[in-house]
Amino acid sequence: MSETQPFVFLGCLDLNELLPHEAHDIRELLDQLEKVPVESVFCHMSAALLHRPVLAEAYPNDFSMWVGTEVRDVRLAERLAAVDAFYAGSMDRVREELIATISDHLQHLGSAPPRTQGKRFRFFVTHLVPVPTGHQARTLVEFRDALAEVDVSAVFYHTIEARYRAGRSRGDFAEWVGGVLGRADLADRLAHIDPHAGSLERIRDRHLSVLSDAIAAEEAA
Amino acid sequence: MPGALIKIDDYRQVAPRGTVDFLMRTGERLRGKRLVHVSASRYGPLAESLDRVVPILNDLGIETSWEITIGTADFDQVTRAIAKGLAGTEQVITDSMLARLRETGIDNAQRLSLSADLVMVHDAPPLGLVERRDEATRWVWRCHHDLSAAQPQLWNALRPMVQRYDASVFSLARFAAPLSIPRFIVYPAIDPLSERNREMTRAEQATHLDRLRVPRDKPILLQVGPFERQHDPVGVINAYRLVKRHHEVRLVLAGPPPAPGGNALGDVQEAASHDPDIVVIVLPPDPQVELNALERAATIAIQKPLKADFTIEVATAMWKGKPVIGTIAGGIPFQMVVNVTGYTVETVEGAAFRIRQLLSNPELIGRMGAAGREHVRRNFLVTRHLSDYLALIAHMTR
Repeated sequence: MSETQPFVFLGCLDLNELLPHEAHDIRELLDQLEKVPVESVFCHMSAALLHRPVLAEAYPNDFSMWVGTEVRDVRLAERLAAVDAFYAGSMDRVREELIATISDHLQHLGSAPPRTQGKRFRFFVTHLVPVPTGHQARTLVEFRDALAEVDVSAVFYHTIEARYRAGRSRGDFAEWVGGVLGRADLADRLAHIDPHAGSLERIRDRHLSVLSDAIAAEEAA
Repeated sequence: MPGALIKIDDYRQVAPRGTVDFLMRTGERLRGKRLVHVSASRYGPLAESLDRVVPILNDLGIETSWEITIGTADFDQVTRAIAKGLAGTEQVITDSMLARLRETGIDNAQRLSLSADLVMVHDAPPLGLVERRDEATRWVWRCHHDLSAAQPQLWNALRPMVQRYDASVFSLARFAAPLSIPRFIVYPAIDPLSERNREMTRAEQATHLDRLRVPRDKPILLQVGPFERQHDPVGVINAYRLVKRHHEVRLVLAGPPPAPGGNALGDVQEAASHDPDIVVIVLPPDPQVELNALERAATIAIQKPLKADFTIEVATAMWKGKPVIGTIAGGIPFQMVVNVTGYTVETVEGAAFRIRQLLSNPELIGRMGAAGREHVRRNFLVTRHLSDYLALIAHMTR
């Protein structure tokens, strides 16, 4: 009998590097978005989640946050907030969508774009260092229990880094639950949890909830 | 935890879940890496931070040491002028002063033990050490100050030396100067187990407040900061007076003894002299427990500087569950979640309005305070700082 391949939880350290790109208004934001490495788009769309406070009313990515709070162009901020990394699937497509959204907004803007009232937008890249957390799981119960305990950066690593930079499009949790445990239905439910909706702790809770429901159903059966 | 050697395990009670285990795992992965910190002093805020971080990094398995450079009396004058010039105050910086910086670095490089995988040099005085670097070791310059307004002539002279490092680290993006080497951003952090931030019983608080002559019969508005014009203590008094029309409050202004020249202590004392509800405290040396007691007794913390460095006092107040009303200077807005953990303001009137708003809604004070403490737990505790150090070691020595 072959042994179940364990799920090994990796967390990640992050280090933010400031790039020599910055913007004072929307047009400059557009220009710089065309120039920066795609890792910078990842940083501002997704890696910000690593340190984001739990804020229901906040814009979901750094671009919309800056346009909304510093440039105070709420219309564009709302449109940038709607750029959906989960749906787009890759950061190259996210970049295209951001550029198209800003270009369209500028075309319809009658006057010169307003300059920031406060902070300029500074572009970063985030360097991630994956580190084993010491937690691993062979069963669904072990998986849920370990997920409840690990450093929250593991949630980021397996749901976001895996999906957008490592090319594992369903995220590691769904891949393992579907591929190793053979639970395709549960894998689908995990793969459909949008990792950009809320804080990492909220995303962890949503995974735990789905897993606990599945375990309870299994026990009841 | 005074007098005890702090271990990483001690932070389980305060760090986010999973964090300590993750740091220990990371330490195992990096075990045996050697890190040397170099600074010009064993005193001051930087030294307080290194005092904690160095033993914990060793506890995690990183062989970490801390070296101090020395210089002659005239070298101290050189570094003071350079520090002022980097902060934006016009100074006369001569070629011989710059040569002195370089030569002192070279002298110290021969004396100090700099054998390591990563050497982290803190601030400008030891900058010249890099002139004797070996290429096998990675060198990082950690600048704790705001270089955004540095005197151009001075910065142009120092930049080639800085660019001999492999990377630089700044506390905020807005503090960073243009450089051809990578620029990493690492926020300062607070130690929740230090004398300044440890838990304190009400009885102990009362002892310290009695000694400082701070009555506890009214809500306390507190600003901690130097009695200097750029910290605007008189503006805080004016805001308090607007609040006082509507609420019974006490204002406490606490700061270190003022340095000669440009201090506002006289103005503050004059403004406070006719109002028993304004308490002006010139703090004793090393006032960690006094500040801890004051921050815990405060109802609202105020930080109203016109120009500031990172101002980690914001995080220390938030850690004690206090809403913060601060300006947008320096690092203040980067520590807050505006409208959630406190408010940013630009005027005396704005500060007064927000104070009144909070005093009129006590449940908001509790909610913002709790949100602030959780925000600090995730982003401004020493455990996050350790994680940044480990990330830097891993990234630079990969």
